[in-house]
Amino acid sequence: MKYQVQENCLTVFLPNELDHHNAEEIRKESDHLIEHNHIRYVIFDFKETNFMDSSGIGVIMGRYKRIYLLGGEMCAVHANERMRKILTMSGVTKIMQIYEEEE
Amino acid sequence: MEHTNEMQLIFDSRSSNESFARVTVAAFMTSLNPTVEEVSDVKTAVSEAVTNAIIHGYENEVHSICIRCRTEGKTLYLEVEDTGRGIEDVKQAMEPLFTTKPELDRSGMGFSFMEAFMDRLEVFSAPGKGTTVRMEKTIGKGRRLWTTQSL
Repeated sequence: MKYQVQENCLTVFLPNELDHHNAEEIRKESDHLIEHNHIRYVIFDFKETNFMDSSGIGVIMGRYKRIYLLGGEMCAVHANERMRKILTMSGVTKIMQIYEEEE
Repeated sequence: MEHTNEMQLIFDSRSSNESFARVTVAAFMTSLNPTVEEVSDVKTAVSEAVTNAIIHGYENEVHSICIRCRTEGKTLYLEVEDTGRGIEDVKQAMEPLFTTKPELDRSGMGFSFMEAFMDRLEVFSAPGKGTTVRMEKTIGKGRRLWTTQSL
């Protein structure tokens, strides 16, 4: 999994398929990075992602709980039509904006 | 009967097999000539059911999961079975956002996703005996209109 930390912002480059199998790894690694780098903002980059199920939604909601307590924000970038559909359906778009391009 | 086809897949309840399971079912259904969207719907539903079996049914112990698939006409019938701990209250388990494992970041949306992406969903379960999820999807029905509504 690839991550990038810039000041207090963490970008998580999500894998091609985001299911329970790799959700565990992302959960652990991103929580570690959030804790050790004073992260306030998390960007989920869906550029490579073509599959996601409810485990992916769980990862997003779990990170939101942390970031929210720290007074931060999250967003998603490069989500394709399918990913947008899943994100919208699950309701996480209420807590996380989807942007067309990375800022 | 004409135009029917069947397959069975038995595999270990390891999380690395989740993608194997959904890709296999996706390959099996290609004879129905589905759209990319329909294949994605089925893959998501399979992934949800298999993940449930691994996390909740077997609680991460390694046992067998069985998937039975049948195509008949334009319809795909799908069954995912485990012989794990079973569900005490199926109705409650199927409520959106209900989860028994919030500490593992489970969203509680597994059954909701299966319901949304398939045409039919039935869950049979008995505590101590296991769970069978039966789903159905007719291919080429045209798009349904629920798409961008939140659960």
